[in-house]
Amino acid sequence: MLVDSPPEQRAETAPAPPTRRVVRALGLLLSVVLLLLVALASIAIGAKGLSLDQVWHGLFHDTGTYGDVVVDERLSRTLLGLLVGAALGLSGAVLQALTRNPLADPGLLGINAGASAAVVTAITYFGVTSLTGYVWFAFLGASAVGALVWFLGGSRGATPVRLALAGTAISAALYGYLQAVMITNGAALGKMRFWTVGSLVSAGYSTITQVLPFLAVGTVLALALARPLNAVEMGDDTARALGANLDRTRALAMLAAVVLSGAATAACGPIVFVGLMVPHVVRSFTGPDLRWILPYATVLAPVLLLGADVVGRVVARPAELQVGIVTAIIGGPVFIFLVRRRRTAQL
Amino acid sequence: MKTHSRSRAVRTPGGLSLHVDLRALTVVVLLLAAAGAAGIALIGTGDAKIPAADVLRTLAGNGTAYQDFIVNELRLPRVLVGLLVGASLGLGGALFQSISRNPLGSPDVLGLSQGSTAGALVVIVLMSGSAAQVTVGALVGGLATGLAIYVLAWKQGVHGYRLVLVGIGVNAIMTAVNGYLLTKADLVDATRAVVWMTGSLGGRDWEQVWPLLGLCAVLLPLVLANARGLRMMEMGDDISNALGVRVQRVRLLLMVSAVLLTAAATAAAGPVSFVALTAPQLARRLTRSPGPNLVPSLCMGAALLVAADWASQRAFGADQLPVGVVTGVLGGAYLLWLLVAERRAGRI
Repeated sequence: MLVDSPPEQRAETAPAPPTRRVVRALGLLLSVVLLLLVALASIAIGAKGLSLDQVWHGLFHDTGTYGDVVVDERLSRTLLGLLVGAALGLSGAVLQALTRNPLADPGLLGINAGASAAVVTAITYFGVTSLTGYVWFAFLGASAVGALVWFLGGSRGATPVRLALAGTAISAALYGYLQAVMITNGAALGKMRFWTVGSLVSAGYSTITQVLPFLAVGTVLALALARPLNAVEMGDDTARALGANLDRTRALAMLAAVVLSGAATAACGPIVFVGLMVPHVVRSFTGPDLRWILPYATVLAPVLLLGADVVGRVVARPAELQVGIVTAIIGGPVFIFLVRRRRTAQL
Repeated sequence: MKTHSRSRAVRTPGGLSLHVDLRALTVVVLLLAAAGAAGIALIGTGDAKIPAADVLRTLAGNGTAYQDFIVNELRLPRVLVGLLVGASLGLGGALFQSISRNPLGSPDVLGLSQGSTAGALVVIVLMSGSAAQVTVGALVGGLATGLAIYVLAWKQGVHGYRLVLVGIGVNAIMTAVNGYLLTKADLVDATRAVVWMTGSLGGRDWEQVWPLLGLCAVLLPLVLANARGLRMMEMGDDISNALGVRVQRVRLLLMVSAVLLTAAATAAAGPVSFVALTAPQLARRLTRSPGPNLVPSLCMGAALLVAADWASQRAFGADQLPVGVVTGVLGGAYLLWLLVAERRAGRI
C-alpha cells in the first residue's frame, strides 16, 4: 500500500558526477548563509526594532544598555529556534527514510500525542504550571510513546506500515485521553490550547540547557546514519543483499528520531509540519541520497522556523502569533505550490 | 493460513457469475449483528434504563406510551445518527485510503475533518452561533476544503500521491487556523469548541437522521457500482486503463462521494476522530482480503461508533463524555491488539 517509487529514481543513488557534487556543496553553503541572515533578522526584528549596530553591540560588547537586554532576550529565543528547527527537520528526514513513507513526520509515531498527554497529566494531576516544568514531562511522554510504538510496531521485524499504524493507534488512544481531560477540566484546557499550537515564547537559557544534550546526541547519531539508511531505502531485500544490518539501522534511526523530536517538542510544544515539509522540499532538489538530504534538512528547517517566528512577531504587533501557526500558514501554501509545480521526488 | 476454501464463485443460469468471499461475508454479517446489538443496548442505556426485550417490543410499536416516547423520540434517532455517521466515516475512509493508495490517506489526514472544524469554529468563536448554524458551518467548511483539495491537486488528472500531499498541506493550514481560533476564544467558547471537535452524539434527533439517510441511500449504490473499478485502480493507473477502467471519471466520482459522506457525517456529529482511519484497517485485518473492503469498512465504522457511544454512556454516565473520546481509545486499542495478535500468529 505504500507509495512505491519508480525504479529509475532508485538508481540515482549512484555516486553523483563531480560537478553536481560541487553544486550541492555550494548550495549547502548558501543555505548556511541564509540561516545566518534569518537568525540575524530574528534578533533585530520584533515589537522593538533594532538597528544592525545595536545588534552588533548587544552580541559582542554587552554593556547592559536597553538594546543589549533586548538582544539578550531574543538571542535565547533565536538559539532555541535554531536548535528546535534543526532537530525537527533532521528527525523528519530520518523518519521518512526509516518508514519509507513520504507522509511520515514525528507526529505520526505518536511523539506529539505522547508529549501532549504527559503535559496535560502534569497540569491536571501534578499541579505543574510553569513552562520549564513541562519540559521533562513532555520529553518523558514522547520517549515512552516512541519506545512503545517501536515495540508494538514489531521492533526487530518492524515494517514501515506497521510502525505507522502502531503510531496512529497509540495517538488515537492518547488523544482520546487528552480530550477527555480537556473537556472535564477547564484549567487544563486553558493551558493546553496555548501549549499545543507550539511557540518559542517560553525560550530561556534554562530550557536550552535542558534539551541541548539530547539534541546533540540525536544530531550526531542521525547524521552518522545517512549511509546505512540509504541502503534501507532500497527495500529490505536489496539492503540485505548489500550487507546492511537492517535491524540495527532501523533501531538506531528510530532512537535518533525519537530523541530529536521528543526534545524539540518538549522545548516548544508540538510544532507540526516542519519535519514533514522540509525533507520533502529538500528531496526535490537533492534527489534521494540521504547524505545530502540530512544536512540540507538540518540547515533549512530552522530557516523556515525562525522565518515564521519573525513573521509572527511582525504581523500582529505588538502581540504575536505563535510560531506553530505561522509555520503552517506560510509553509502550507508553499508546500502545495511545490507539490504542484514539479514532480516531487518520491522515496 | 487457508486460502483455497475462502472464496467461491456463484454462477446463475443467465451466465452471470458472482465472486463471493466467504470470510468477508461472515465478517460483514457479524459486524452488522454487533452494530445492531450495540444499538439496542445503547437505546436501553441512560437515566431511564430499558431492558433489551422491551426495547425490541417498543421498536415494533407495542411498548407503553412512556417507553415509546423515550425509545422512538429520544434515543432511536441518536442511535441512527451514530450508525449513519459511523457508516459514512468508515466508507469515506476506505474510499480515500484506496484512492490515495496509502493506509494513512484518511479524511483526518487529508484535512477534510480540519476543514469542517474550521467552519464550525468560525461559527462558534466569531459568531457565537446556534447548534444548527454550527452544523451548516461545518458542512460548508468540509465541502469547501474537499473542493479546494481536488482543485489544487488537479493537473491533467488527479493522482493518489499528489492528492495526499496537497491534502496534507491543506490539513496543516486548517489545523493552524483552528489552533489560532481556539487561542482567541474565551474559555466558554473554547470548551464548547473542544466538545464539538471531539465529536458527540448528544441531543441528536430526527432532523439529523433524514438528510444523512437520504445521502447514504443515494451514494451507497453509486459507490458500490464503481467498486470494481476502484479495486483495479489499486494496481496502478496504467494497468486499470488497459483493463478498461475510466480512471479519472471513477476517481472523481468516488472522491466526490467520499467528500460528501465525510462532510455530512462531520456536520452531524463533529469530527469523530480516527473512525475513518481505523475502521478500514480493522476491516482489512478481519477479512484478510486485499482491495478496498468497502462494505466491511462501512459496517465496522457503524459498529465502532455505536459501541463506543454505548461504552462511554455505561462507563462515565449519560452524556458525560462525548463519543469521540472513546472512539479514539477503543479504535486505537483494538488496532493495537490486532497488530500484536497478527504478529503472534506470524501474519505480518
